[in-house]
Amino acid sequence: MQLQPILASLRHHRLTALLLTLQVSLTCAVVCNVVFMIAHRVDQVTLATGLVEDELSMVQVIGIDKHENSQVRHATDLIALRAIPGVTAAAGVDSLPLGLDESSYGMCASLEALNKATADRSMQRSSGCVQASIYSGTPSELATLGLKLVDGRDFVPGEFVPAQPGWVVANVPSVLVSRSLAERLYHGRSALGQSVYMEARPAMRIVGIVDTLLRPRLRAPAVNQYSVMVPSMPGDNEITYVLRSAAQDRQKVLKAAVETLTRIDPDRLIPPKMSRTFAQVRAQYFQRDRTMIGLLVASGLGLLFVTALGITGLANFWVQQRTRQIGIRRAIGATRGDILRYFQMENFLIVSGGIVPGIMLALALNVLLMQNDELPRLPSYYLALGALILWTLGQLAVLGPALRAAAVPPVVATRSV
Amino acid sequence: MFGYYLDLATRSVRRSKILTALMVLAIGLGIGASMTMLTVLHVLSGDPLPGRSEQLFCPHLDPLPLNYQQGDGPDPADNLTWPDAMALLRARRGERQAAMAGGQLLVRSGQQGARPFNVDGRYATTDFFALFGVPFEYGTGWSSADDIARAHVVVLSDTLSRKLFGSANSVGRTVRLGDNDYRVIGVTGEWQPEPVFYADASASRYSDADQFFLPLFTAVDLKLDVNGNFSAWGVDQAESREVSSTTSWLQFWVQLRNANEVSAYRQFLVDYSAQQKSLGRFQRPATNAKLYGLMQWLGHQNLVPNDVHLQLWLALAFLLVCMVNIVALLLAKFLRRSGEISVRRALGAKRRDIFLQLGIESALIGLAGGLLGLLIAQLGLWEVRQRPDDYAHLVQMDVPMLLGTFALAIAASVMAGLLPAWRACRVVPALQLKTL
Repeated sequence: MQLQPILASLRHHRLTALLLTLQVSLTCAVVCNVVFMIAHRVDQVTLATGLVEDELSMVQVIGIDKHENSQVRHATDLIALRAIPGVTAAAGVDSLPLGLDESSYGMCASLEALNKATADRSMQRSSGCVQASIYSGTPSELATLGLKLVDGRDFVPGEFVPAQPGWVVANVPSVLVSRSLAERLYHGRSALGQSVYMEARPAMRIVGIVDTLLRPRLRAPAVNQYSVMVPSMPGDNEITYVLRSAAQDRQKVLKAAVETLTRIDPDRLIPPKMSRTFAQVRAQYFQRDRTMIGLLVASGLGLLFVTALGITGLANFWVQQRTRQIGIRRAIGATRGDILRYFQMENFLIVSGGIVPGIMLALALNVLLMQNDELPRLPSYYLALGALILWTLGQLAVLGPALRAAAVPPVVATRSV
Repeated sequence: MFGYYLDLATRSVRRSKILTALMVLAIGLGIGASMTMLTVLHVLSGDPLPGRSEQLFCPHLDPLPLNYQQGDGPDPADNLTWPDAMALLRARRGERQAAMAGGQLLVRSGQQGARPFNVDGRYATTDFFALFGVPFEYGTGWSSADDIARAHVVVLSDTLSRKLFGSANSVGRTVRLGDNDYRVIGVTGEWQPEPVFYADASASRYSDADQFFLPLFTAVDLKLDVNGNFSAWGVDQAESREVSSTTSWLQFWVQLRNANEVSAYRQFLVDYSAQQKSLGRFQRPATNAKLYGLMQWLGHQNLVPNDVHLQLWLALAFLLVCMVNIVALLLAKFLRRSGEISVRRALGAKRRDIFLQLGIESALIGLAGGLLGLLIAQLGLWEVRQRPDDYAHLVQMDVPMLLGTFALAIAASVMAGLLPAWRACRVVPALQLKTL
């Protein structure tokens, strides 16, 4: 295949070819970043919480009487909820992963670290300390949520301490920490049996390590799992009951739970929006991300579609314009394959000419997005992927016109216009 | 001449239907996507109180200690502490001023079988209604005497009044909110600034309007629950966190009528900060005190979600690619008619005439693309309204945006036509005529 005639003909259509190259490079730059953004958001949306998500439903209850004994109230409610057919486990919790309501506390691996961090007024900067999310709950929270222990044990009944009202955590003897937090605090040493320090409380012993436990509100990927469970029974009149059941029973269980709770005491708030399955919690938390994924996919496909339109449109023109030349080439011995390959090669050259500046543009765009905290650095295989997509797209778009060109009979050469 | 060019353009369009359809589709998609996102941005950065917003200002003090580290949460300095708000209120340096905070109270309607429910409202000082121009259907707001007396009075929204009493006029009746009884002294008419600019940063700014208004002093006196962010940076001897001098939670707005008043108020804030610093309460420079205009404040609060900016850029990039696409297609299309152009030139048409003729043809394509874009944008906006975001229900195209769509479509296609038309009218007639 000779490149010379192709280049000569492209030089003849310099401006048009240049415009097409420009379009390809813009598309390449945007598509590379869009694909990366999609992958990034899909990672977010599918982030594991550590819970058995498709077996959980929740009902939030807010008591009205400020003077009632919340502990007794919660215990009564839970007995009734566990009796609902289909419910295999139930617990009362103050917050849940992706539930948005978060209580976070500074937590240190040693007393010295805690004192230093307090003096510095910063938990984040001190080496042995982190800002961790705390989950309080009634006994059997671990089993209800279906969390997996990698080491140690669940809380024993004697460890549970009732908390006072006011969103506080009781002084508890023990904690469960997530594996990610254990690694951060003890750097590879076994965390089991160690003591952690929080505020001016007595030391708390780590009795177990949970494989995965996401925060109620996501932060940076590295700290998303800095969470702790404590055997502190929520003392507020606002509580969320978590019910575990088979996936297909969730709606039924949810309905029965609201009815049961209303029957026990109708004079309290059960916000309908907060009676939901965990699948709904996840969907609501990531609703914007899912919209964005849809938009990104649509605009990526739209861009590719428009670029394909441009390539096909121009190729069609060129084929029409060169019908006579094609006929002459055929008449002097070029095969159909030669003509086909000519247009395919021409397209390959144009697209390649667009991909080179396109990749540089993609990197520039990525730097811009990184500055606005939208994205991390673009891995190089996304560039390769973008290039591959555009080459394929170009070849597909040019195939129709090229086949039409190949079908031009040699006799055209002998006809006058 | 225009009619003739239009005729030529329609003929040319008819000759290459598919290509023209492709160009119209490309412009339509580009315009539709960008106009959808521009409309969302337009709605989100709209003026919540047209005609009044130029006179509304939000004072911003910096009472934080020097070694305070800003974490992930909202900036504590965005709200005022009780002592600071009271000082600004008593100074009366503006035409009107009010301190306020959001609150949520439990309502028991007393009617048979009705379940209790929570309502959102606002605790404010007396000037609130006049400051923001809240309309009253019945009754009035409370006086500063009521403020001082910690009066148990309430202003209800029309909606809540109807819900509780079955009628809009509930003035004089008693309502139980939370654990206390209040006398209804006014019912407000339809009033819903979008966004609720005076709410705390953690509040949902595009949700429903306030359903009740209570005197702030009464609310603090009764220790009612406050909705919003309490940021504390130290411990002091205050009897409650509401009145602590190291806890910020209040919003404050002031009405200033002209530039002189604005600069005087700005100076007043700096002087106040300097005084507090000399008293040892503030540690940071007095010049940290700022005065934000309403629209500036909305900018400072970053109300437009990051995703919306990203979507807009994506849409504009899409439009750009569509434009380049159309330039290339038009160029090919015009150059293909070199023969026809040369004949017209040989018969006496000037370059300018050719340019005009081709320009009209691209504008025609642009107009069609604009119409299609408008349809696509309406479809896009409909889709946005289906989203559960709190601002989604507001997203509508108003007349300026509608006209803007057309202007953008025609400007885009005429601009796209410029280069091809210029290139085509520079065709050398003699060369082309020879090959005919």
